[in-house]
This record gives sequence, structure tokens and C-alpha cells, in this order.
Amino acid sequence: MSVRGPRKGENYELSIDLNSEYREKRKDAIKRTIASMTVGKDVSGLFPDVLKNMQTDDLEQKKLVYLYLMNYAKTQPELVILAVNTFVKDTADSNPLVRALAIRTMGCLRAEKIIDYLSEPLKKCLEDDNPYVRKTAALCVAKLYDLKPELVIENGFLDKLMDLIADSNPMVVANTVAALTDIHIAATSQPGTSSSDPGYFHITTAILNKLLIALNECSEWGRVAILNALARYVAQDDKESEHICERVVPQFQHVNGSVVLAAVKVIMIHMRGVRREELVKQLVRKMAPPLVTLLSSPPEVQWVALRNINLLLQKRPEILSNEMRVFFCKYNDPLYVKVEKLDIMVRLASENNVDALLSELKEYASEVDVDFVRKSIKAIGQTAVKIDAAAERCVNVLLELIGTRVSYVVQEAVVVMKDIFRKYPSTYEGVIPILCSNLDELDEPEAKASLIWIIGEYANTIDNADELLGIFVDSFVEESYPVQLQTLTAVVKLFLKKPDSSQAIVQKVLNTATKDCDSPDVRDRAYIYWRLLSMDPAAAKAVVLAHRPPISIPRTTVPPALLEELLGEIGTLASVYHKPAETFIGKGRIGADAVRKGDLGDDQFSAQKALQTVAAGQQAENLLDFDDSTNMEGQPSGLAATQVLSQTPAAASLLSGTSNNPLDDLVSIFGGGGGGLTPTPAAFGGGGTFVAPAFGGGATPMTPAPPMPAPARANSQSEDLLGLF
Amino acid sequence: MISAFFIFNQKGEVLISRLYRTDFKRSIADVFRIQVVSNSDVRSPIITLGSTSFFHVRVNNLYVVAVTKTNANAALVFEFCYRFINICKAYFGKIDEESVKNNFVVIYELIDEINDFGYPQNSEIDTLKSYITTESIVSSAIIPEESSKITTQATGATSWRRADVKYKKNEAFVDVIETINLSMSAKGNVLRADVDGHIQMRAYLSGTPECKFGLNDKLVIDKNKDGGTGDGVELDDCRFHQCVRLHDFDANRTISFIPPDGEFELMRYRSTSNVKLPLRVTPSVTEVGTSQVQYSITVKANFNNKLSANNIVLRIPTPLNATAADCKVATGKAKYVPAENVIVWKIARLQGGQECTLNATASLASTTTRQVWARPPIDVDFEVLMFTASGLIVRFLKVYEKSNYQSIKWVRYLTKAEGTYQIRF
Repeated sequence: MSVRGPRKGENYELSIDLNSEYREKRKDAIKRTIASMTVGKDVSGLFPDVLKNMQTDDLEQKKLVYLYLMNYAKTQPELVILAVNTFVKDTADSNPLVRALAIRTMGCLRAEKIIDYLSEPLKKCLEDDNPYVRKTAALCVAKLYDLKPELVIENGFLDKLMDLIADSNPMVVANTVAALTDIHIAATSQPGTSSSDPGYFHITTAILNKLLIALNECSEWGRVAILNALARYVAQDDKESEHICERVVPQFQHVNGSVVLAAVKVIMIHMRGVRREELVKQLVRKMAPPLVTLLSSPPEVQWVALRNINLLLQKRPEILSNEMRVFFCKYNDPLYVKVEKLDIMVRLASENNVDALLSELKEYASEVDVDFVRKSIKAIGQTAVKIDAAAERCVNVLLELIGTRVSYVVQEAVVVMKDIFRKYPSTYEGVIPILCSNLDELDEPEAKASLIWIIGEYANTIDNADELLGIFVDSFVEESYPVQLQTLTAVVKLFLKKPDSSQAIVQKVLNTATKDCDSPDVRDRAYIYWRLLSMDPAAAKAVVLAHRPPISIPRTTVPPALLEELLGEIGTLASVYHKPAETFIGKGRIGADAVRKGDLGDDQFSAQKALQTVAAGQQAENLLDFDDSTNMEGQPSGLAATQVLSQTPAAASLLSGTSNNPLDDLVSIFGGGGGGLTPTPAAFGGGGTFVAPAFGGGATPMTPAPPMPAPARANSQSEDLLGLF
Repeated sequence: MISAFFIFNQKGEVLISRLYRTDFKRSIADVFRIQVVSNSDVRSPIITLGSTSFFHVRVNNLYVVAVTKTNANAALVFEFCYRFINICKAYFGKIDEESVKNNFVVIYELIDEINDFGYPQNSEIDTLKSYITTESIVSSAIIPEESSKITTQATGATSWRRADVKYKKNEAFVDVIETINLSMSAKGNVLRADVDGHIQMRAYLSGTPECKFGLNDKLVIDKNKDGGTGDGVELDDCRFHQCVRLHDFDANRTISFIPPDGEFELMRYRSTSNVKLPLRVTPSVTEVGTSQVQYSITVKANFNNKLSANNIVLRIPTPLNATAADCKVATGKAKYVPAENVIVWKIARLQGGQECTLNATASLASTTTRQVWARPPIDVDFEVLMFTASGLIVRFLKVYEKSNYQSIKWVRYLTKAEGTYQIRF
């Protein structure tokens, strides 16, 4: 004792007490040691003193000492050896609780030296006649594998685990399944081992039947483990798929939400193999009530459920079609729950329930949280775009909201109106004066840009369009870039529609944009317009006033292949984030996972994924597909786009300098932009689909997935452009 | 699976920390403190930083936190956190900083027992209590049979029940408790009305009793056509305690089970059709210019006049710039609570058929902002005994046991609302 530390301070006092001759005093000292350990103080110096108290009849004290050991065993490996004897002795104790405690703790010590002593007792415990000891030992194998895989293999523990699947006790079966799954995942995520290994936990038909039997008897957590294993099983034929579904469906009635979601997962996976239509319908019908019930869980569970319901609706929109009311937000729901509910409500909107929905959304728009209010207003816009028959009612609600004159409400409503105009061109022109009268309220770029776009689009019906745009032209240099881009385009539109009265303003804006503006995007767009206008006004008209495709709400927010993958992971983090697991569980696993997928011949998914990549690549070739601000994958960088350009014959001839037309300049501008001046291809955006880049932000919620018709159209337009010369 | 489990107090100090796996160091707790506890704008119960995900549940002044590095089962993690909270409540009566600090030894024992290597284990409170107690157990004092009985129970097919339960008087108490969720629009239309019911049972029955439970479930009644029992209730969904045989229910909707000893939640259900609203609230709120808001709020008890609603509390929102409110009531007490911007009107008891009214005037301070008043809904809390909003009735509870004893059954009904009965105006 004299060797260690100073003879004063907290640790010194503790060590005195740990060596006290009174039992109670020693126990109290252990408690205080654990308390210090919890708050993060270093009490590793007391290791030998604590160790002395390990040999005791007092179970509580034993647990405390074990807790201490688990914490510091790693840093004091040579001292842990002293504890080994007690551990080994305990694994042979007559009390099963002590045996289980010893084997559980040994697995957690994680010191090289003690592991060698673990194998023998573990072997015995796996064959213990007490189920409590067996279930603890089963998990201990997973712990050992985590530490030293070769020991597990050498000792044949895996075969022992496989035997335990047939155990008479359901809890043992459940823990065995959990341990095997854990080992399986650990083994297959090692890049080196996975390529040749089929994995350690291959579920055969024999195992399947044992699991189905144990499922009905074991504890709630065990059910989740077993259901997870069932989800991995590949059914031999449709009979087997049906059988699995029928056996799993009763789990929908379980009180534990995670069991319900795990059951939903298994059903969603094995339903793919079911051929009988009426059974599929029946399964889907049975799925709805338990999902709704999850909404009366605590908010966190509710949120997980909502995120998953959102996914399920993307695959099977009919599931909850009559249940929209249960998604109405309660005033005191947490914000994250409210936002999810909004999204689902829009998904469930139909002509039958749109009135109820709109009056709810209007209610939400008067709440306190700015974010939620904005999302509610967005939802109104999405409803309008989704349901043609309700568009007018939506517009009326928006007008009422604009009437409140609350700044952020008005601004969001303006942005949303822009989307409605895009979907229903020239339908609600009567609204424009009201929007314009709120011009002074707007201070956010997106709202301003939206209003300017509307003015430009309807310049011929707005008498004082030049006046209104004039305001923005006057303050042009102070505005943000998106507003500048919109102003520029709107003024050009105005000029094309009313050439007589707006000569001066277009001159002014082009001048300002090309001379005083420091954004290359804006400057480039201004140059393009300028040249177009001066060379060929008809061409300018064809480009600037081109017909735009109507927007629509995509049915899915994730690509179909990913959706299928996520539906196979219902209840997990991946399904909550709507992202594949590789994106958030650490770099090391990405490669490994990919390898595993290749190995297991997960053909359907990889094929679909590959197709998607190809599609993304094709999109990248479409020079004028500037929708890419909404499209996260496979974005063509400016440079890449230029290279593609040189591959198309027309462009190649341009680049080779054989032609002497003005587009040469254009191309050089574009090339320069691609080379580094412009981070996005938006510089060119003014030409064809100017709405897309400028409204990237605004349109994002409406078109999160790349709209398929757009590239094709953009392509034809790019040909138009090239054809002009 | 869960890699680590923490409890933090409001200041972000670690009260309990347990690492189940080695993919973390203890210092991961600091990350949570910085990212969540000291961040005023946390908008999700799951935070993922890099490859580490933190799941947190707030309860009283504590954060219960589970950490993982894998694509964990999010539903399971949260269910586990809530189970832990319930266990603490059962053990210590409450869960807050003080009770955690005072009982940290037991808590460590508990979290080691209910979770091993990140996988949740048996978490039945009744069973846990038999071998994790607040008094220390001396190993030699337990006779080996006793401990093997415990372990069999903890792992067995009926992990929720000991085999040797004995009572002199065999009794079973059934409480049907319904919570009404109501949103009513300003025009008095019901936007949403449904009932979350749960059936709480206290079984003091000897031996291994086999129970059968019958409700006026519409599907069952229609099938039997025995007539005369009155209307059936349409249950949208039912959930059962793990003791109930789900397969039997799935096949023919019988609820059969071997109950745990003592108190447990037998089932939860949800009903949305024909919900009877016990209290009708008619608000009339007018803003007089910018300086005053006038309230006239009437509550009417809409049920049999032999019954009564108790502990009615109406929380009537006032604008944020209200300075005072003058309330007049004939029944109960009303008081303006400026800190919460509400008028609280408490009525101890309201007989069926009766009604009462509150008249109030709130005076407003003048403000420069143009923000309109959001008008949060009026919130009503109450309890009505021997009344079910869904119309659910317990038809029978049969107990079969080898020794064939007589058992006495008691049934109570309660309908209540706590923050879920909302009327807009």
C-alpha cells in the first residue's frame, strides 16, 4: 500500500475502508468507489483493494466488485489474473444465479489473460441444466467471438450454439439466436473473412420451424431477436412464405411496439413471396390497426413508428387510406412528431378527406413554432398540387393566411403559390394582385424570387409589372443571387411579352447584371440573354418562354430499390432515417457490406441499384438537366458536363472551331464556367429550364426525386438551342 | 444492440454509466452532454454523430440515454428505455435525480440484469423483484431450490409467474381505464375522437389459474348471436400482455391467459366508433379590440345523472400579452395563472346532466408586434367513474384452477382525460 499514491485524499481513505475489518464498512467503501467511478474519477489504483472483497457470500457486494472489475480489467490485466480463480470457482457454484453472474462477467472482462481461462467454464455452462445459466452462456459466446474469434471456432462453440437452437427453453433459443446473429454480423463485416465465408448463421428450414415454435413462447425481446432472424430467411416457395406470414401475424397484437414493428418487417419481406392475392390483402388489412395503435405510444416510439409508416405508405398507399384523422397533430405533441404527421397527412390526402385536412392545416398555420407553421403551409401547397379538385380550396386557404399579414406566413404562402402556378398555369390569376400587394412584406430570398417569377410569368396580365420589377431592378446589386437571377429572367420575359414598354428596364437590368454583379452565374445568364435578344428575339422567345412540364408530387421520397431495402429494415435506424445503414454506421462497413451483398447474390437489389446508377449517369449526360439541385446522386459537375458536351457531334463541331457562329462564345463561357468559375452548371440555366436552378430550393419538397420526364424534355430543348445556329 | 447506457441529470452530469460493449470509451458521455444537454434546440430524439447514435428519453429532470454504433432497432431501444423507467418507478416509486442517486447500486444491478451485451433480457418487474431487492441478499441464505425456482421463472415459458402462489381469499380486480382523445374544432365539430383503453388487472389467485376473459367485443357478439347482451363495441385494435395467447385471439378472439401474480396490464385497446363524450364544452371567446378578450365557457356533463365527473380542470389559454383576468364562476374555482398564460378552472365534482359556466375578461397590454394570437385549444382534464366512453363492458372473467377454488372478481370502470381532451375556439 505504501507503494501506491500519497497517504491522503479520497482514494487513500477508500483504500483504508476497503481493507477494514468490518464487513459493512468494506461494502460501503465499494459503493463509494463505484460512485466515484461513475462520475469519471480514476479509481483504478484501488484495484487490489477491491479485488480482496470479491470472495463473499453477499451477492450484491459480488455484483459491485464485478462491476468494478469490468471497468478496469482492461487497464490492469496482470491483476485480473488474481480474480480468475474466484470466477472459475463461481461457475461451479450450486446457485445458478452465481454461476450465471460469473460467466456473464467473465465475458465482459475483455482482458487477454483471462480469456484463456474462459473456455472451460463456458463449455460447462453451455451444457448447464439450468436454463438461466445456458441463456447467459449463449450470449457469452458472442462476447468471446468479439474478443477472440479463433477461440470460438477452435472450441466448437458455434456448433454448440446451433444445438442450443433446439433447446426446450424459449429464452435460451432467443439468446442463442441473438448471439448467432451478432457473430454472423461481426464475421461478415470483416472484409477479409467475408469473401469466402457463407456466414455463420445460415437459417435452414429445420431452424425456421424451431424459431416459429419458440416465437410464441419467449419474452418480448426474444421475439424481436427471433423475428429479425426470420426476416433473414429466404423462403423456398410461396407455400413457405405464406406459412411464415400466417405464423407471424398474431404478433401484431403484442403490447411491445418493437415486436409489432419487427413483425411488420417480417411480413413485408415474406409477403413478396406470397402469390395469393387475397392473402396479401388480408395481411395488409391486418397491418393497419396495430400501426395506428403505435400512435398512442410515448412520443419517441411514436416518432419511430411514424417514420416507418411513412415508408410503408410509399410502398402501399392504401394501408391507412381511411385513417387520416388519427394523424391530426395534438397541440402538445413534440415538434418532431408533428412534422412527421404532416408529411403522412399529405400522403393520405384524397378528395374525400381534403376538407378536414385543409381546416387542420389552417389551424396549424396559426401555431407558434415558425418551422411547423411553414411546413403546414407547404403541406397546403402539396395538397393543391396533389389533388386537382381541391386546388381552389387550397388557394382560398392560402389567401386567408396571407390576410393575417404575419411576415413568415405570407412569405411561405407566396413560395407555395408559385408551385401552384406551376401546376395550374393561368388558373388563379385573380390572386396575383393580392400577392403583389404584399411585396413589402417579403424579405427572404426564396419568397422574393417566387414572387418575381410569378410576375415574370404573368407579365402580360399584370398592368404594372414593369413598375413592380423596377423595384427589384433598382435594388439589384443588393439582392441575393437567386433573386438576381429571377429578376433577370422575369425582366426578359416582360420584354418578350411587352417589348414596347419595357425596352428601358431590360437594358438597365442587363447592364447592371453584366457590369456590377459579382456572381458569375448572374453575369453569364445576363450575357446569354443579351446575345439571344440581340441576335434572334424569336429564338429568345422559344427559349425563355418555353413550355414547362407540370410538377407533381412523387409517390416516393426514396428510389424504389432503396425503398425495398428499407422495408426490409423496418424498425431500425435505417428506416427511421430513410437512408441505407452504410451511410451512418461507420466507414469500415461500407466495403464489407457491398461485398456481402455481392456474395449472398442479393441480385434483385444490386441489379436495381446498378440500373439506377446507369440512369443517374444518363441524366448526367443531359446538359440541360439543371434539376440536379434536387438530385443528390450522380450530379454532373460542371467539368464533367463539358466533357460530355464534346462527345455530342454538334457540340464537337462547335468546339473544333469549324463554325463561326456566336455560340462559340457561348461554349467558351460554358467551358470556362465548367473549368472552375461556376460551381454548378447553373450559369447556363438561364437558357432552357431556368426555373429549375433558381427554384431549386423552392421546388425541392415538391420534387425530391428526379422527375423522369424532365431530362428528356431538357434534352430536346438543348437540341433546340443548338439547332438555332 | 445497445452499446452503452447512461443516465444524465439536467446539468449533463453522469449519474449512471454502463458500457455493454467496447466500441466506446466512457468519454462518449461528454459528446452527448455537449450535443444534447447543452443544446437548447434539439429537434429529434435520435442524434447521430459520425457513426454513433444517441437515443434519448427525457423523464422528469433526467435524460435516459442509449448509445449504439450499429443499425440498431430504434423501436426496441426506446421501448427498452421506457421499460427501464417503468422498472425504476416500480422499485423506487418515482424516477428523478434524487431517487437515482440514492439507489444507484440497485440500478446497476438492474441494468446488468435486464441487458446483457446490449441485448435486453427478462424485464418483468415481478420476476426481477424476486431476486433483485433493495435489501442485500446473502447467497448462502437462499436455499438452492429457491434460486433455481427464480431462474426457471426468469427464463420459463411463464416467466411472469411463480408456481407456488397461495392466497386465502382468491380475488381478481379488473380496472377498465379509458383515456379519451378529443379534438373539437371551433365550430363544435368533432375532428377526432377516439379512446385508448387499457385493462389493468390485479390477480390474487392461488396456483396456476387459467383465465378466460370476455368483453362485449362486437365481433364475438355478432358471431355468437346470443342476443340480449346489448350492443357490442367495435375494437379497432387490441394489444395484450405477453401472458395472453395471441394465437387463440387471432383464431377466434378469445382472451385466455395465465395471469402474473399481482398487478399487470392485461390489454390495451383502441376504439374510434361511437365514442361518447362525457363533457360538452361550449366556448365563446371574443377579442374586443386589442385590449380585451372575453370568455364565456359552458361545461355540460353529458351522462347518466347517477354518475358524476370528478377533478375537472379546464385550462383556458389567454393571449401572451394578457396582464390580468377577471373570472366569475358559480361552480368551482377559477384563477388566472400568468406564468402559463392560462385561466385554470377547477371543478371538484359535476353531476350528470348538470352544467356550469365561466365568464371571464382578460385585459391585454398593448404591444408593438402584429403577431396574431395562436389560440391554443382549451384543455380539459377529468375523471368519470363507472363510465366507459367506448361503451365497453366486461362480460365475464372465468378462472379455472386444478383445486377448483371459488374466486371473487371485481370490475371498475373509469374514463378520464389528461391533456388529450382539446377544444379549439
